[in-house]
Amino acid sequence: MHSESLNTQSTFPARNTEPRPEHPPEIPLAIHDLTVAYHRKPVLWDIELNIPEGKLVGIVGPNGAGKSTLLKACLDLVPLTSGWAHIYGKPYRKNRHRVAYVPQRESVDWDFPVNALDVVAMGAYRRLGWFRRVSKSETERAMDALEQVGIGHLALRQISQLSGGQQQRVFLARALMQDADLYLMDEPFAAVDAATEEAIVELLRKLSDRGKTCLVVHHDLATVTTYFDWLVLINMRVVADGPSGETFTRENLQKTYGGKLNLLEKAAEALRSTPL
Amino acid sequence: MPDLREIVEVLLLQNYNTRLVVLSTTLLGIAAGLVGSFLLLRKRSLMGDALSHATLPGVAIAFAVMVALGGTGKSLPGLLLGATLSGIAGVATMLLIRHTTRLRDDVAMGFVLSVFFGVGVASLRMVQSMPGASAAGLESFIYGKTASMVHADFLIISIVAGLSSLACLIFLKEFLLLCFDDGFAASQGWPTLFLDILLLTLVTAVTVIGLQSVGLILVIAFLITPPTAARFWTQRLVPMLFIAAFIGGASGWLGASLSALTPQLPAGAVIVIVAAILFLISMLFAPVRGAIPRAVRQIRLRRKVDRQHLLRAAYEILEVQARDGVVRNEPFPLADLLGKRSWTPLQLRRILKIARREDHLETAAPGTIRLSESGFGEASRATRNHRLWETYLIQYADIAPSHVDRDADMVEHILGAKLVSQLETYLSDHDLALPVPPSPHPLAPASTK
Repeated sequence: MHSESLNTQSTFPARNTEPRPEHPPEIPLAIHDLTVAYHRKPVLWDIELNIPEGKLVGIVGPNGAGKSTLLKACLDLVPLTSGWAHIYGKPYRKNRHRVAYVPQRESVDWDFPVNALDVVAMGAYRRLGWFRRVSKSETERAMDALEQVGIGHLALRQISQLSGGQQQRVFLARALMQDADLYLMDEPFAAVDAATEEAIVELLRKLSDRGKTCLVVHHDLATVTTYFDWLVLINMRVVADGPSGETFTRENLQKTYGGKLNLLEKAAEALRSTPL
Repeated sequence: MPDLREIVEVLLLQNYNTRLVVLSTTLLGIAAGLVGSFLLLRKRSLMGDALSHATLPGVAIAFAVMVALGGTGKSLPGLLLGATLSGIAGVATMLLIRHTTRLRDDVAMGFVLSVFFGVGVASLRMVQSMPGASAAGLESFIYGKTASMVHADFLIISIVAGLSSLACLIFLKEFLLLCFDDGFAASQGWPTLFLDILLLTLVTAVTVIGLQSVGLILVIAFLITPPTAARFWTQRLVPMLFIAAFIGGASGWLGASLSALTPQLPAGAVIVIVAAILFLISMLFAPVRGAIPRAVRQIRLRRKVDRQHLLRAAYEILEVQARDGVVRNEPFPLADLLGKRSWTPLQLRRILKIARREDHLETAAPGTIRLSESGFGEASRATRNHRLWETYLIQYADIAPSHVDRDADMVEHILGAKLVSQLETYLSDHDLALPVPPSPHPLAPASTK
């Protein structure tokens, strides 16, 4: 390995010198020149992305492709090495109220002493602000959100006594509570039962019918084109994006999942193995 | 041994000096229960342990500084200030290790805990040999000693404990969100770093005021034991907080009282032992998550399952015996029963014994079994539920008739009356007019001789 040349900025691929795509103001999500690295290991490189309004967007790519990191980068949850992500034309911190986030189900301890309704009510905390307790009307809204995902009858059940699919629905109900315009969901379909999968799809369609935009990290290639009308294929960088029909091609998939290590991965591997 | 009058006097706070000690330790316990609950839920217990050990160098250094400035070096506020500062230094070192190296958290905590404690023990020895000052009694910060408390100490401890408890209640919603899902909290714009620092500040405060009575080695037990015990009693946060506060307060009160009665016992140890006993009681007997109630529920369910299996087996034997299609309650050979399920003779004998005690069986000739009136009714009900469920599985869940017996076997025991009536509506076009519908699959013949 040419380790001496890898210590500097020059390890990143040469910046694209072609004119940048325009970022229309007011679109739900515009990402420009976004790069994220964990412990010197680049996870996302030079992301350019425009997500149009009202679309159901699937984010697809192999493990470690940076799908979750992309969502987190949009939410200011990971430090950006470069670039920006704008929500409806503004930085995230100015437009938080328009975004709802559904983290991966395994990211929390489900043996926590709360019931389903308590978790859903957390979706109202930002609205409530400091110190204010969950009001009666917010509790009613939380109940309503649980009904919408079909588990109103489980509202008072401790969350460890819910099945995986029911836990996922609790998270979705919490996102509904936020009453947002853009929904970022990290693998909501992971390890859920068929009934839950169906319920989630139905919910996504309803949101999209109401003009909401949903970005969903997804794993199952078999269902991608039926669930989503817009796709982002990603493997450290955006391989392809656009309407599902045009984007979901054999060639693009080959590029995304291609068995051979692509150059970026090789460079990342070199960076990792280089002692600094 | 203290006599009864003394015990009552201490427990009811009739003596001025013990009153101060017991009251302040009780308040400390309440604060420890509340703050400890969040520390536990944030999964930072080990960090609390490192923090408390890191306070020792501060105690020794504060003493030395106060002596150098011309004091006795025994002023509690001064010592606690020193403890606080070195505790914070310990946590800062931990965070520094975490952010600058890629060592795991537990390594950083173990490092800080042992190094700071080691430095503390060494500097304690050094200040004890300082000329012109008596450092005797500083060791009590390691194991805890309540006897030396004066009115001013009581005030400090009570006020800090009160404020810490109040902070837990004020920031209840924010701490809950932080502990449950910090990523979501951060995405919502909550300052998670600030909340973490606030929580750690509360832990530091309780640790520092606990140094004198409980001692730095055991104070972590005082923080962690009450909430862990409380978790067995409830599935929700607010009750958990109150139960933890109660258990913490009770351990502080009982522990301080006991050690006031028998001064040779170190207070910290007694308090922690009382807390541990309350924990043990909770773990064993708490109805929600305690071990014994859970075991009892499991045994009850197993007995119910055994009973229904026995009665259904009996009913099916009677069905096969019936000549004209009418199932009658007649005696039948015990050997038939043994062939119906994979019971060992010993198991079957135990199940039969329980059934006899529950009046489901009548006395019959040796080697034969006869159901009682109620047993026969129960048997047809159990059989009916089983068949309803089997039919449902075949009709709606697309399960092969050859597998349906086993699948139904697992579910039928928990069918409530509501589910059964739902099943009936689903299956209303089947032979449900019959009290017991026929089996949807051939019955295994009873083993014959």
